[in-house]
Amino acid sequence: MGLLEIEGLNKAFGSLTVTRNVSLSVPSGRKHVIIGPNGAGKTSLIHQIGGQLQPDSGRILIDGAEVGKLGPEGRARLGLARTFQKNTLFPKLSVHENVRLGAQARFGSPFDLFRPARRSTELDDRAASLLARFGLDHLAQAPAGSISYGDQRQLELAVALSGEPRILLLDEPTSGLSPTETKALVGVIRSLPDDLAILMIEHDMEVVFSLADRITVLYYGEVLAEGTPEEVTANARVQEVYLGAGI
Amino acid sequence: MSASSPTTWAGRARSADPVAYLQYPALAVLLAWPFLFSTYNTGLLTEILIFAIAAMSLDLLMGYGGLVSFGQAAFFGLGAYTTVILSVSFGMSPWTGWAAGVVVSAAAAAVIGFLCIRLKGVGFFMLTLAFAQLLFSAALKWRSLTGGSDGIGGMQRPALAGFRLDDPATMYFVALGAFLLSLVLLRLVVGSQYGHALVGIRDNEVRMRALGYRANAVKLIAFTVSGLFAGFSGGLYAIFNGFVSPDAMAFGLSGTILLMVVLGGAGSLVGPAIGAAVFLLVKQIASSYTEHWLSIVGIIFVACVMFFRSGIYGLLLRLGRRGS
Repeated sequence: MGLLEIEGLNKAFGSLTVTRNVSLSVPSGRKHVIIGPNGAGKTSLIHQIGGQLQPDSGRILIDGAEVGKLGPEGRARLGLARTFQKNTLFPKLSVHENVRLGAQARFGSPFDLFRPARRSTELDDRAASLLARFGLDHLAQAPAGSISYGDQRQLELAVALSGEPRILLLDEPTSGLSPTETKALVGVIRSLPDDLAILMIEHDMEVVFSLADRITVLYYGEVLAEGTPEEVTANARVQEVYLGAGI
Repeated sequence: MSASSPTTWAGRARSADPVAYLQYPALAVLLAWPFLFSTYNTGLLTEILIFAIAAMSLDLLMGYGGLVSFGQAAFFGLGAYTTVILSVSFGMSPWTGWAAGVVVSAAAAAVIGFLCIRLKGVGFFMLTLAFAQLLFSAALKWRSLTGGSDGIGGMQRPALAGFRLDDPATMYFVALGAFLLSLVLLRLVVGSQYGHALVGIRDNEVRMRALGYRANAVKLIAFTVSGLFAGFSGGLYAIFNGFVSPDAMAFGLSGTILLMVVLGGAGSLVGPAIGAAVFLLVKQIASSYTEHWLSIVGIIFVACVMFFRSGIYGLLLRLGRRGS
């Protein structure tokens, strides 16, 4: 059984069905990529897993426990972390403080009203070592809003990892990046812990095929195909509706 | 108005706050005040210090939490009423009454906050106003307990370690002590891990929840602590005045406290304290020339909102940076 299990998920906004009977399973250590044309319901799916959006029916399980009733914060405490398609960092805070704030959610004491946040060496150490791993340490004191877009996307990932999650959801991590920046980010994603379950949305096919252990193709909210990269590329229907469009 | 507050932890950490240099001379002046000025001025400054606590209490919620409340007078009034009722009607010491007032205010804030924090923006604002009006009408109508529109008077100022609070200087030092205690405690809170979580949720709740922060619990604590300090200032105001009336719970007072925060600069604690001082000084000076003194406050308020969004404190910061 996968660390993250989705069974028969459905979601509609009025007459627009964004998720139709979607099931998938991501075990520990797997990189599972969701592809599909615009409007296929990829981000809606991630929102439902993250708890930002409530599905109409179906089950979401983290490590065998159903999380349908939990809000995003409850799922985060079970080890789920995510990034957002648009950067949602705290632009006025320094790069270091952004990561520390992320680490504080799990390793700090957010309900201690009198413990000065700036004097927590444990959280500072965690933030510093994570930034070093991402090669962002030279920017640690810069406000997050002032660093380059590529660095912001990396910071976004660093913040998501600050709570040492077991499951990571990535919503188009490379969107808007230059080829060089994309390469750097792919390197970072490859270097993530071996036991992390990753579910990511990606448009860049080069990135998809260099990272994916398994691929799900979404088409109008439905799973069109699922399998290894080889199986998916060989799938006639996928070629017809998606890959045939010239990639 | 709250989201654009001058407070960023990064900003504080990188450049030394130029206003910080002023705090020691300011403290010296405050300590020496009763020995330098008349009894009358000492009384005015006592009132300023009391309202500064109320303004700072709202600032925690509004400046740091992004929750603009129009019901702060409810908790100020609960603190004041509890102090006077326990002291006059039940014969307890005003000190006990004050302590009980703080507890009652915090408890009421926990309950009201539980219902209010589920809403955002205008909804939150209106609901806090509605609860405050509910308590205001209780104060007005529950005559047997509150004395109705006349309120309750005749409370004697208590003694403290042999010093009588009848002496304006002693009363002043009690208020100064309460103000400094509130400032120190609230500064600790906003600088704590909790405080950083509160500001993070103000700026981006979706992201903070995805990181695992329980946003509603964090907001409820802010609401409760805010109510606690409002009650603390209300009880002290009752001791200072020796009486309480529904004015201490009226929505006009909620508006006044809100004005002090915006005027001084939300999200800085010291700013709203300065806002309280400016508001009460303008009232004091202008009201001796014209009964329309509120229009002068109004003009200053409009100028603040139009030209320096971060209030008087923000203006001082900017001037200080330019100077250094």
